[in-house]
Amino acid sequence: MNKITNNKAWFLVLPVFLIVAISAIIPLMTVVNYSVQDIFDPQTRFFVGTEWFKQVLEDTRLHDALVRQIIYTGSILAIEIPLGIAIALTLPRKGWGVSACMVLLALPLLIPWNVVGTIWQIFGRADIGLGGYVIRSLGISYNYSQNPMDAWITVVVMDVWHWTSLVVLLCYAGLRSIPDAYYQAAKIDGASNWAVFRFIQLPKMQSVLVIGVLLRFMDSFMIYTEPFVLTGGGPGNSTTFLSQYLTRMAVGQFDLGPAAAFSIIYFLIILLVCWVFYTVVMNAGKREEQ
Amino acid sequence: MARIDLKNLAHSYFPDPKGDDDYALRRMEHVWEDGGAYALLGPSGCGKTTLLNIISGLLPPSHGQVLFDGKDVTRLAPEQRNIAQVFQFPVIYDTMTVYDNLAFPLRNRGIAEKTVDARVREIAGMLDLNGKLKHKARGLGADEKQTISLGRGLVRDDVAAILFDEPLTVIDPHLKWVLRRKLKEIHNKLRPTMVYVTHDQVEALTFADKVVVMYGGKVVQLGTPQDLFENPAHTFVGYFIGSPGMNIVPCNLEGGAAWIDGHRIALTDRHMNAASGASGAVELGIRPEFLTLDTDASASNEGGIPVNIVKVEDLGQYKIATTRFGNAEMKVKIGEDQMISAHSGVLRFPTEWTKLYADSHLVA
Repeated sequence: MNKITNNKAWFLVLPVFLIVAISAIIPLMTVVNYSVQDIFDPQTRFFVGTEWFKQVLEDTRLHDALVRQIIYTGSILAIEIPLGIAIALTLPRKGWGVSACMVLLALPLLIPWNVVGTIWQIFGRADIGLGGYVIRSLGISYNYSQNPMDAWITVVVMDVWHWTSLVVLLCYAGLRSIPDAYYQAAKIDGASNWAVFRFIQLPKMQSVLVIGVLLRFMDSFMIYTEPFVLTGGGPGNSTTFLSQYLTRMAVGQFDLGPAAAFSIIYFLIILLVCWVFYTVVMNAGKREEQ
Repeated sequence: MARIDLKNLAHSYFPDPKGDDDYALRRMEHVWEDGGAYALLGPSGCGKTTLLNIISGLLPPSHGQVLFDGKDVTRLAPEQRNIAQVFQFPVIYDTMTVYDNLAFPLRNRGIAEKTVDARVREIAGMLDLNGKLKHKARGLGADEKQTISLGRGLVRDDVAAILFDEPLTVIDPHLKWVLRRKLKEIHNKLRPTMVYVTHDQVEALTFADKVVVMYGGKVVQLGTPQDLFENPAHTFVGYFIGSPGMNIVPCNLEGGAAWIDGHRIALTDRHMNAASGASGAVELGIRPEFLTLDTDASASNEGGIPVNIVKVEDLGQYKIATTRFGNAEMKVKIGEDQMISAHSGVLRFPTEWTKLYADSHLVA
């Protein structure tokens, strides 16, 4: 087949190119620009090469924040994914209960993020908060603003409350796409409940679960608003995650150079993890087909 | 393998059915023999899938009983009834290999791996799946997936019955033939009780020893393919079986003959006696295969009806002529070598193949 070449086509992609340039490429290049210069004021700037990158990579407080970030993201994934699957499996499949459950589940997702933080900040307080008060009355000492462990638990529970619904809704959509005949056939084949889950429901949920894990990974790895409102990164630095550290560096201390260098590294980490995860899962699927 | 008794069986999807129309399945009483191959044939919405699901246990009937070998199984779940079922669309355990798919119903019942292996290989051999046993089921085409579903239905040799719910719908026409023949072969070899739901008459007639024709929630005829062809018990059977279907025309009975728009068709005393007791609208039915059309210009009208020939369709192996007299239209199947040049002819009705129906039911 002969391809027709028409250079006018370039004009047609121009609008898209402009939009992408303004929304993504130019800001990203600005960050790259900052990351290799030391800027004193708009007229005074020096090229410093990879110095900021070196400084950032050797920053021990940043290492701590990264470790905290990994533990945090790991634990919320370990809780939200199985919990989301479990809840999706118990949801009703027809009747008025379906819409009732959908609305209830969607509610946390509709609340602005800093409001979520505020809700939990008040909820967890021992003097005026229901949650904090109940825990105290049970005889457990609990204070998220002073005890790092309590702060951690509160931040994780808050995220589980906020985002498990997303996993539930995704899984539920996957489950709903399974025709009744599959369940009937499994019954007739004498399959146990576990076998139905393992061989019918889980494979059908696989693709939505990949999306769920990716979304929750990216989102929790970049989490800022809720812990900032709830604990402000404290007590001490115990709940300071990467983006909070970055903000402090860039806006608090106005270290634009190191902050830009760190932004690039941060971006690359997320990109790399997502790419590896996606490639591994998709290749596993392909290998099975052969 | 088991005999299936349907005792006083009926089903309504309404909790409180009032009239006959509320029933998806009208009251029926049948015995299906052990080792028989039965086809449930009927148009969409006639209740055939409802009946199948009642036999398999997926649907508890609202009235009556289902017995397997005399044992009441009406309230038992499918897995307790010991049946196998193949569905309309392939049901495949995607992540398993073809081998594991076939072995699944056996392994779930704790059968020794040696027996499982022998059974799986036997069934795979019959269905030509031997070369694919190690493949993942996910990557296969729809035909192969449905073949695996069939295999899973056939793999257990201790089932009371194997039920098929339009299993060849998604299969391409050539393979349909092959699989239907395989099923027939397997039936002849192992003699399981098979119940096969379909809306395709060719499929039903080639597969089954006995065809159960359903219409409007009722079984209108249960008989061999030959019965259905030669003695349709209901006008629906006449019309539904055969291609083209039976010619069915309203008529009056008078003086030892049927009258259609003033044309006389001679009948026997047998017809007249049987019809005298019947009530309801009387119709005359005759299959296009049994009518003869005489187009010879010199033919006398004696013993026949002069007709106009409206059109002739040549279907390769035979021709179908549409004829008209008065307001009645009759299709006639004629040989490929019979030439029709005239626009009129004489239509003859052999009395032994001329049927009378009262209120849609066969009287003679």
